[in-house]
Amino acid sequence: MPRPTTKSVFWHGLRDGAPFILVLVPFSTLFGVVASEAGLNVIEALTFSVMVLAGAAQFAALQLLAEDAPTFIAIITALAVNLRMAMYSAALTPYLGAAPLWQRAIAAYFVVDQTYACSVVEYEKHTDWDMAHRLAYFFGVAAPVVPFWYGCTMAGAWLGTAIPDSLALDFAIPITFLAIITPMLRTPAHVAAAIVAVVMSLIFAFLPYSLGVLVAGFAGMITGAQVEVMLERRQT
Amino acid sequence: MIDTTTLWITMLSIGIGSYLMRFLFIGVIGDRPLPPWILRHLRYTGVAVLPALVAPLVLWPAATDGAYDAPRLIAAFVTLAVGLWTRNVLLAILSGGASLYLGLALLG
Repeated sequence: MPRPTTKSVFWHGLRDGAPFILVLVPFSTLFGVVASEAGLNVIEALTFSVMVLAGAAQFAALQLLAEDAPTFIAIITALAVNLRMAMYSAALTPYLGAAPLWQRAIAAYFVVDQTYACSVVEYEKHTDWDMAHRLAYFFGVAAPVVPFWYGCTMAGAWLGTAIPDSLALDFAIPITFLAIITPMLRTPAHVAAAIVAVVMSLIFAFLPYSLGVLVAGFAGMITGAQVEVMLERRQT
Repeated sequence: MIDTTTLWITMLSIGIGSYLMRFLFIGVIGDRPLPPWILRHLRYTGVAVLPALVAPLVLWPAATDGAYDAPRLIAAFVTLAVGLWTRNVLLAILSGGASLYLGLALLG
């Protein structure tokens, strides 16, 4: 099989990232709308998206600020929701860790759900890719995703309160997350991790500041790892 | 209304904090090999954290102030079912959205 060019790998990434546009449009538009309803102007809403680049954390922080929660609670909650970014960073490190520091510094900004999810799957599949291929693919996925995130945040902030509640945009978030999860349920270990995470997050929903999500997330990860070890032992 | 200073302090802190978390491993740890048990746990981050985020939103939607809502619950199950059946993220989202609007029109 001929080696792919970095250009073709970039386009491969772009094609994999492009479908997420349809997901991000309602998500980021909704953020803009919610932000404008909370009193942010277009520049402030855009700044939020550019600086944080993570929907769930942005929503969490905005909601707490609008509820007059203490500033540090809003910050800690958003960072807790974003802890998974550190996990993504760690998962990408075996593949991108050998790149020059300045490239890693740029790539780090673009570590989001979509770049992580696509890259880990493709890196596992294409063991023949060198560093240039991996980076090209990573930025290929980011290329269609990030501009739409910025653009629709601004559009949403402009539209502001003109969007009626009957559109039920609130549920764009759960539907999006559910759809992203399903292809991940590849093995019994993945399924077990997801089920434990769901049960634990419902049990610990009473915890303040989204801490239940963290507890459940870690419980799910431990479950997945343990089931994986058990299944491997049974095979050998 | 949110105070402007508070807003900018919050945005800056979350922005810098999130970047540092993204940079932590990729930038600082570099290509030193990670122990297998860490990698084994990291494989399940997405499949654990995202369902944990979603489950309360599905059962207790913010839009209904946390009250159980049939159209939203059904839409969640439709999304999940279509996703599992077709493995197509986009189709799952569109089906879920269609189910939600249909449910809200019929039941809402």
